[in-house]
Amino acid sequence: MLRSNEAPLWALFSTGGVVAAFLIPVHLVLFGLVFPLGWLRPPTYEHLLGILRNPLAKIYLVTLCSLPLFHWAHRFRYTLYDGLKVKHLNELIFAFCYGGAAIGTVLAVYLVWRIS
Amino acid sequence: MQQPTKVPHYTKYHPRWFRPRVSVYWWLGQWQYLRFILRELSSVFVALTVIMTLLELRAVVQGPVAYARFQHQLAKPGVILISLISLFFVLFHTITWFNLTPRAMAVKVAGKRIPEWLVAAPNYLIWIVVSGAISLLILRG
Repeated sequence: MLRSNEAPLWALFSTGGVVAAFLIPVHLVLFGLVFPLGWLRPPTYEHLLGILRNPLAKIYLVTLCSLPLFHWAHRFRYTLYDGLKVKHLNELIFAFCYGGAAIGTVLAVYLVWRIS
Repeated sequence: MQQPTKVPHYTKYHPRWFRPRVSVYWWLGQWQYLRFILRELSSVFVALTVIMTLLELRAVVQGPVAYARFQHQLAKPGVILISLISLFFVLFHTITWFNLTPRAMAVKVAGKRIPEWLVAAPNYLIWIVVSGAISLLILRG
């Protein structure tokens, strides 16, 4: 019997959606608006480095980057299928979306591993 | 009884599918369709925020000078505009995601289904607490 890989991909989409809903807004508000607009002083380099040296912070950051990317991959894939009617490019879109999410995850793991 | 000498000639018949051609711009037809596509596209801005986080992380790895330079780049008007648009879509994702919870989970108390807002409300409460905790941790320095 041919087994579908949709179930684990859907699970990643769903978990990523939860992580994105809870955690992404606060990071965007702080680092994308509050600090750049000068409403509050950004954390010093030493303070940020101190946080990132904590193993829990490293796990948190990899989760924050990886799961929302898999959420994007699944949603964007179906938006292209349904919205632009390009299901015939299935293999290409699949590789672009999930490949992109996988690369992002590897990058996140590499970057937190570099922090010592 | 007389046996048929020739097999009758049958033609294969398959009814034509009724599949009306759908335009690529079908989602512009109704506000609900457009809202559906915008909600799906919110994931692009989620991914953009992740890329911003990865770049910030890279700057921290590279050292204090790169970190300061990245902070300066984030303050450019074009980047602020992208952040503002991203925030709109990211909040759209958060709100629609939380409001979907009661549709995915039918919570019953004493055999009666509890109101939808009561199932969605804890999400908002946890969101505020978690966001506050993360802000405090980052701002303490």
